[in-house]
Parts: sequence; C-alpha cells; structure tokens
Amino acid sequence: MRQALIIAGFGGQGVVKAGILLATAAMLENKHCTHFPSYGAEMRGGTTNCSVIISPEEIASPIINQPDTIIAMNTPSLIKFEPQLKSGGLLIYNSSLIPTPPSRTDVEVIPVPANELAEKLGATRYANMVIIGAYIGRRKVVQIGSLKNSLSIVFPKFNAETASINYQAMEEGRKFSESYAK
Amino acid sequence: MSEKKLMKGNEALAEGAVRAGCRFFAGYPITPQNEVPEYMSWRMPQAGGAFVQAESEVSAINMIYGAAATGVRCMTSSSSPGISLKQEGLSYCAGADLPLLIANVVRGGPGLGNIAGAQGDYWQSTRGGGHGDYRIFVMAPNGVNEMANFPQKCYEVAYKYRLPAMILADGIIGQMMEPVEFLYPEIDPKTLKEPAWALGVNDGREKRRVNSYDLREGFLEKMVLARAKRYREIEENEVLYEEKMLDDAEIAIVAYGTSARVSIAGMKLARENGLKVGLFRPITLWPFPKARILELSKRVKKFLVVEMSMGQMVEDVQLSLNGRAEVHLHASPGASTMTAAELYKTLENIMKKGAKEYAAAK
Repeated sequence: MRQALIIAGFGGQGVVKAGILLATAAMLENKHCTHFPSYGAEMRGGTTNCSVIISPEEIASPIINQPDTIIAMNTPSLIKFEPQLKSGGLLIYNSSLIPTPPSRTDVEVIPVPANELAEKLGATRYANMVIIGAYIGRRKVVQIGSLKNSLSIVFPKFNAETASINYQAMEEGRKFSESYAK
Repeated sequence: MSEKKLMKGNEALAEGAVRAGCRFFAGYPITPQNEVPEYMSWRMPQAGGAFVQAESEVSAINMIYGAAATGVRCMTSSSSPGISLKQEGLSYCAGADLPLLIANVVRGGPGLGNIAGAQGDYWQSTRGGGHGDYRIFVMAPNGVNEMANFPQKCYEVAYKYRLPAMILADGIIGQMMEPVEFLYPEIDPKTLKEPAWALGVNDGREKRRVNSYDLREGFLEKMVLARAKRYREIEENEVLYEEKMLDDAEIAIVAYGTSARVSIAGMKLARENGLKVGLFRPITLWPFPKARILELSKRVKKFLVVEMSMGQMVEDVQLSLNGRAEVHLHASPGASTMTAAELYKTLENIMKKGAKEYAAAK
C-alpha cells in the first residue's frame, strides 16, 4: 500500500537523514520510493522537513499534499503539519519535546518519548532512529531488517558499535509503538 | 551495469556526466542546483579532471567555451537566472560548433522568481536562448534515473553533430532522491578519439580554427547553412519520446518532466472514472517530436498540454498539429505544481462538459 509521510523537526535532529534511511530500506525491498527535502533557507536550529513516499507503483510527484503520516520532532513542526494530515492518518510526535498533545481527534496519535528513549542508549542524537522505529512499528512499510541494512549504506563510516546503537534505537522505538495501548 | 543506489537528482546528474567522460566542470552556485558543483568539487579531481568554481556564470560558460574547443568533454550547470547569464557564451559555443553539456535545474521566474521547481524556461531552451540563428539539443528528464543516464546521450549527440546539449530539469527533480541505476558502461575519455577540429598542441598538423565569426563575403552564410543541414539530420534521427495508454485514447495529455509524472496520476484517476486518456511525453524538447504528434492526430482528436508554465510547449503542440486536432492547456505557472485531482477536473471539463479549446487553465 502507498504510504506518504512527512518527517519534521529542528535542523540537527536528523529528520532528513531519517527519511533517507526509510527510502533506502524501501529501495532494498524493490519498492518505489521518493525522498524530497525542504530546501532553501534552512539552518541548524531552524525547522526542516522531508517528504517520503513508499509505494508498490510508480510515484507521480514527490510532493505530498495530504500525508498519511506525520512525524513531528518539535512543537513548531506539529503546529505546521498537524492540519495537513489525512483523516484517519497517523500522527507520531516526540513527547519529550512537545508538552501539548495534538488536538485532532480523527487521527491515530502516538506520543513517543524519543529523546528519553535515546538518552537511555547514551545520547539524544539517536532520537530520530527511535522515532522511525516507532513509525515502522505501527505502519509496516518496510522490514526492520531492511532499515538495519540501510544504515551501512547511508552511513558508510559508522563502525560496528555505532551502527549497533542506532539499530537498538530503532528497535526501542518499534517496541514502544507496538506495545502502545490503542 | 551496477546496483541500484538512492541518489539526489543533482548528484545523479553530476555522477552521470563523470561516467559519460566529463573531465572539466565550471560553475557558480545557485539554488536549487548547488549539489551539482558540490559533487563535482570532489568527484572531478578523483576522476582525474578539473573543477573550477568560477567568479560568475558568464565566466563559467566561457571556461566551458575554451575547454570544449580542445575536445574535452565538459559541463556547466545553473538554474534559471544563472542560465540567462550564460546565454551569450552559449550562442558563441553554438556559433563555434562546440559540443558541451549545460544543465538547467529550473526554478520559478521571471527575474529572481523563487527557488521552487518550474518549467518556465521551455522557450529559452528550445529557441536557442541567446542571439543568432541556432539550436541546442534539449533533453527533459522525468526523474532521478534519467538525470543519471541522460548526460551520456547528450555527449553522444553533441559530439556527433557538433552542438551544445542541454538537460532541462527542474527544482523538484534536482532535489528529490530516487533509486538510480546507471544503464551504460563508464566511459574512459582516454579511449575517445580526438575530434578532427579539436585545438591543442600543433605538432605539424594542418591548422585548425574554432570561432563563431567569419567576416569574408558569403562565408557566414555557408557556415550557417552547413549547421542547418546538421540540425535537419538531428530532427530526423534523434527525436525521443514515450507513450502510455494511447492505443484507445480519446484525449492525449502532452507533458514533459515533472508535469509528465503528475499527468500519469491524473491519467489513472481519469481512467478509473471512465475517461479514455493517454499520455505522450516528449523526451527531447528540441528536436520536438512533431511528426509523431501529427501522426497521432489521425486517431486522437483532442490534446491536453500540461505544463508548469503559462503555456509554452503548447505552441509546439499546436505547430505540430497544424489545426488537425483540438488543443487544450492546463497551466501551473509561478513555480506551482498541478495535482492529479486538478488534472482530472480539467479532463472532465473537456470530455464531459465540452470546455472551450485552449481555455482550461488552473
């Protein structure tokens, strides 16, 4: 099934790279995929986002008008993208940094304490891995094994230990969303 | 042949050029094509070539003029306002019969416009762009895979017929990432034969001359006519296009690049709702596939041109058809992109409500 998602957050939180990992995993499974970043006046500390589409069929445009899923890593991103989410869609937000829950009631909402789960593994920088793990825990667009394999492609300079921590972070996110009470 | 790799359009374009034998790149930064020079800045030295960040677009195209004159496969890239600045140099290169690759990752215009993807440079690209009586070979990729594979075709045509070749992309194709597969073996420029006109060290061979002017009575005319003959050969031999679902179509969408991708989605939506829609995608914008479009008009009586501009390619479609079929337009100017739902609405207006010819704009 076709899945269109937008991942948004602060510059530096790794939202663009998280999207590239998902698209690479889809490519490894021979699915059609596109990744489209916001570009232009982006900067570290500012907001940024990327659009990822994974589909069994050819993808028309990489620009998403009505996303099936929104992943919001910070408050400005939630405010910007929450209204665009398709009715019945999935809204995953980083509850470590977003104190006010989303107001939409026609969508599925999963608060993921991404920073806290990442800190347990050693550093907040793994929060992007936690959150995409949480995403595939709820929407099986790609196998976690493919996501693991895409780590060495997207980050060829990672040593075994770094790759392993990143993979654990994805696993933590996946377990969290799978066990999250509906 | 190689495995699939997820690449950004601009990077795939740069890598494709290197694999096609490009060994000199000169350019100047502008969004949304910055990844091309960024990639070339490390890749070109790695491949044994040279990368120059020029002080301006004008400077970059004139460096290409010089490099091309020596027969080396070379490239420059920019986006709309920067391509305008390069037009004088491009005209000189065309006048000197030089093969080169120029890429335009089109953004919104006119003027400084904005940095989103657009198709407003169709006229500039297909009508030459600079002063004088000339053509350039123009290819329009519809995604990252074609960005990777078109440079090779561009060099092939450019060297065979001695003219500049352009890849006309847009900000969306430049910025997006998709799986890429390089469909041809990497070319080692050392294995390429030196062109008979290339300048270099004269070790006693006959004198060679590369420039764009001739003041002697009647000589310029001869030069232009010889070029026109080659242009006719290109029009006969090098036209490329793609057709989808045209066999039973009652209306044909004509669209290139990003517009053609969105048109596929619009076509599918329309087919689900009982409209017999097909798609004709010009891949070469010059030479334009006019003979094929005319042939299609024997059985398709309505054409809808879809473009991210006020309506530029629509004129080539009208010229091709010469009044033999109805021509409609769905225009998304100002760096906006049409949606499948909008296209369906336009198709419905034409097929069910008898919308007036050429009136359907966004």
